Amino acid sequence: MLELTPEEWTAIRLSLRIALVATAVALPLGIGVAWLLARKTFPGKALLDGLIVLPLVLPPVVTGYLLLISFGRRGPVGSFLYETFGIVFSFRWTGAALACGIMAFPLLVRPIRISFEAIDRKLEDAAATLGASTFWRFTTVTLPLAMPGIIAGTLLCFAKALGEFGATITFVSNIPGETQTISAAIYTYTQTPSGDAAALRLVIVAIVIAMAALLASEFFARRAARRLHGE
Amino acid sequence: MTVLSVDLCKPVGELDLRVTFESDGPVTGLFGPSGSGKTTLVNMIAGLVRPQSGRLALDEQVLFDAARQIDVPAHRRRIGYVFQEGRLFPHMTVRKNLDYGRWMAGLPHDHAEFARIVAMLDIAPLLSRRPGKLSGGERQRVAIGRALMLRPRLLLLDEPLASLDPARKSEIMPYLLRLRDETRIPMVYVSHYARELKRIANVIVRLDAGRVSAIGGPDILSKTDEVAFA
Repeated sequence: MLELTPEEWTAIRLSLRIALVATAVALPLGIGVAWLLARKTFPGKALLDGLIVLPLVLPPVVTGYLLLISFGRRGPVGSFLYETFGIVFSFRWTGAALACGIMAFPLLVRPIRISFEAIDRKLEDAAATLGASTFWRFTTVTLPLAMPGIIAGTLLCFAKALGEFGATITFVSNIPGETQTISAAIYTYTQTPSGDAAALRLVIVAIVIAMAALLASEFFARRAARRLHGE
Repeated sequence: MTVLSVDLCKPVGELDLRVTFESDGPVTGLFGPSGSGKTTLVNMIAGLVRPQSGRLALDEQVLFDAARQIDVPAHRRRIGYVFQEGRLFPHMTVRKNLDYGRWMAGLPHDHAEFARIVAMLDIAPLLSRRPGKLSGGERQRVAIGRALMLRPRLLLLDEPLASLDPARKSEIMPYLLRLRDETRIPMVYVSHYARELKRIANVIVRLDAGRVSAIGGPDILSKTDEVAFA
């Protein structure tokens, strides 16, 4: 059996926490942005679209460095957040969650946007004639119909957040117990003379978590699709 | 008796829709060829399409008045709408579809009313099914029931039979006649089939190229109309 050391457990717990928090915070934002991109035309739409995809095409170390100079203690955003709300991102697990959320955001938005675009808007009109205001049309018709896309986006976001490495290590470093995720721990072990066994154990854990998330999303996406196709 | 008063303008592509009429129904038939503006007109009455100018009133209540900047949003008009393709919510059971209007209005369950409408349309066996598994005729009956549950002040039916084959058409017609005779809800019934309108409507508004070309009883529909679009 897999015998994990306390340090390894810490990295696993931390990774899960960072990925869950990043996904939970990104999800409502992602739904909003996906809806804007799918349904609205506004000045700067192409720019917003590009900004969201940017972390996907930039070297992760660039995104991490940009985060460091803007969200670091002395960065413009970081110092404002610290002085106003006492929030610190740099070298904290919250910073890791921020980096993961930004890196995973394009993967979250895209499937949701596609499913918003695929919805027959005549159904929303039908809901309006039945007394549903904009808010209720969105929550009772649009959102449920977009559910397969939302599930797919959430999983992709979670998986990406779980495995993010470059931007995270650049922004918040590799501090055991604070910012050392599974990926960062594996990296550390591969740099240590006797770390092969530990690295391998964490590799197995990473594969198991990713597979479990994949299977779960497959299950829920199928169930959602079945509901939508009237069975 | 409810009076529907329409005076609406809306350019739609090539068509310059200018429709003016008044009808106390109770069943007003909108007759005209495809592209004469029937569906756009009905969408304006429902509040789904915004007219460019004009006025729309149901009895004393003004639903739209460009001059006074009144435009009651669709969800506050309480006008039932049966669409050509049904437009049932695919992710809800038939029961939830039927119940949707009551749910949105925040009204308590009215079991007697629910049972009455379900019985009138013979849809009791369908309640736990989802729309994807219904036949075209069943879907239209549920769509009619869903609009009725709203207790609408006016019911719009846009070619409710058009998507059905002849056998299904004759299956639905008796329900529509029952609806007319058993409820007191005024209706606007859109069709390009003169024969269908002659059976159900008592006032006919005839549209041609975006204008009212005639208004009167069912007798304004001639034999040639029945042949023309049948």
